[in-house]
Amino acid sequence: MSDLPSPLPPDPNEPLPFAHDESFAERFRLVLPWLVLAMFVLLWEAVVRLFHVPPFLLPAPTAIFASLVEWGPQIGDAAFATLVTTVAGFLLAIGFGVLGGVLIGSSATLYAAFYPLLIGFNAVPKVAIVPILVVWFGIGAIPAILTAFLISFFPILVNVATGIATVEPELKDVLRALGASNRQIVAKVGLPRAMPYFFASLKVAITVAFVGSIMSETVASNVGIGSLMMTASARFEVPLVFAGLVVTAVMGILLYLVAEAIEKRVVGWAMRGHR
Amino acid sequence: MPSDAPFVELSDVALAYGSTAATLAVERLNLTVAEGEFVAVVGPSGCGKSSLMKLVTGLWPASRGRVAVAGETVKGPLGIVGMAFQNSVQLPWRTVLANVMLPLEIVEPHASKLRRERATYEAKARDLLKLVGLDGYDARHPWQLSGGMQQRASLCRALVHDPRLLMLDEPFGALDMFTREELWGVLQDLWIARRPTVILVTHDLREAVFLADRILVMSARPGRILAEYRVPFARPRSLETTYLPEFTELTHELRRLIAEARVGAPTEATP
Repeated sequence: MSDLPSPLPPDPNEPLPFAHDESFAERFRLVLPWLVLAMFVLLWEAVVRLFHVPPFLLPAPTAIFASLVEWGPQIGDAAFATLVTTVAGFLLAIGFGVLGGVLIGSSATLYAAFYPLLIGFNAVPKVAIVPILVVWFGIGAIPAILTAFLISFFPILVNVATGIATVEPELKDVLRALGASNRQIVAKVGLPRAMPYFFASLKVAITVAFVGSIMSETVASNVGIGSLMMTASARFEVPLVFAGLVVTAVMGILLYLVAEAIEKRVVGWAMRGHR
Repeated sequence: MPSDAPFVELSDVALAYGSTAATLAVERLNLTVAEGEFVAVVGPSGCGKSSLMKLVTGLWPASRGRVAVAGETVKGPLGIVGMAFQNSVQLPWRTVLANVMLPLEIVEPHASKLRRERATYEAKARDLLKLVGLDGYDARHPWQLSGGMQQRASLCRALVHDPRLLMLDEPFGALDMFTREELWGVLQDLWIARRPTVILVTHDLREAVFLADRILVMSARPGRILAEYRVPFARPRSLETTYLPEFTELTHELRRLIAEARVGAPTEATP
């Protein structure tokens, strides 16, 4: 008799049957990427051990880690050199990309004049440019910086130009009717409006900047991760090659996170749907 | 008080798109608006009402004829104009207050005084926000406001630099009927408080009759003034006014004229 639940009123302290724990879901989402990574590494290790894959084909994660420890100082130096060249090239790309984007985005004439040339230029494989850079600047950091710059410059320019070129015509009319100059329109509206586009491009650009600098280092340098990986593969130190890859990936992720953190601070207004 | 000399005067104005005179937006357009007057311009779709906006604000030069504002021929943009559109085009990265203050950063003498007298200007902008019922919303962002509230902010932005001429292009066109009628009252209050000269371009005939002193009816393209009506109702007008037989009669008359103007009009949209 008394085991029938009373229908009303419900106990306010009892959790609703279908309510799920928000904070648990949130914490779970934070550790999820690490879980996936751990499973990937475990699977890799298992495959290598089970099928007896020789280390010069695919080294096990443990072998890569051992190599990371063994060559720690050398890898550290190389990673630092690559980081410096990449960031230098990336900063150049930001400077020229924003400048070019503002110029091309705020003038239909400049856009029509330069855009085809830029597309053609972007279509040239950057690896083909490295030998020319070597002829001009010699072996070393400069071709690596310039390659990182050349490869990451285009996405920044295109995005900034798009942001500025797509200012609402009514808004332009409001400002122009007040007597605003083109420069004022770009400063007050165009640039802030282009910021979400700019940060979206930064996340692409920082990743490809690493591609550029490491590519150049493998061909034309004796410092940096690229050069280290080249030397290692010539000596069949395949675990060390993989260690270089891992370090590059980690640096890429770190710089991506930096770009994302700045983005959240500067253009939070554009991401209002995600809060 | 409105003076006798026209504040806005268009004499025999034509405006052509493109390189040839093939597409005339307006032709033989003559109109005058007295200082402090509230004029509404109505007409069939694509009759060149927006061209009228561009001509008077100096955004586009006339292909023929003369456009004069405040006694001088318009040769380029004028700082004494405030504008508001159907799309309220607020800047999402700025607060409501900073959006309203945008014209002050551009129009002289405010632009050069803004840094030193920011507090005074901010107080002024806040007063305006209060006048349109946006009290306490100054630190919000525009995307946190409803469409009607954004349009209120847009009116404040159009008025913050004390323009002598207010150009409104279907400012309430995107709003629902109740919000729209509410904003008619807000606009009327603003106009009574500050008495700028207003040119309101609209498709809504009741809006024109409710708000204007005088209504100009434009023809189909190329646009000319077909007829002119004085609106007799005393101010301030309330929504009760819109149910008077005279109100309905005038609206009806305008509707008939525009239906006539549409006959033989090209069915294409404005560019």
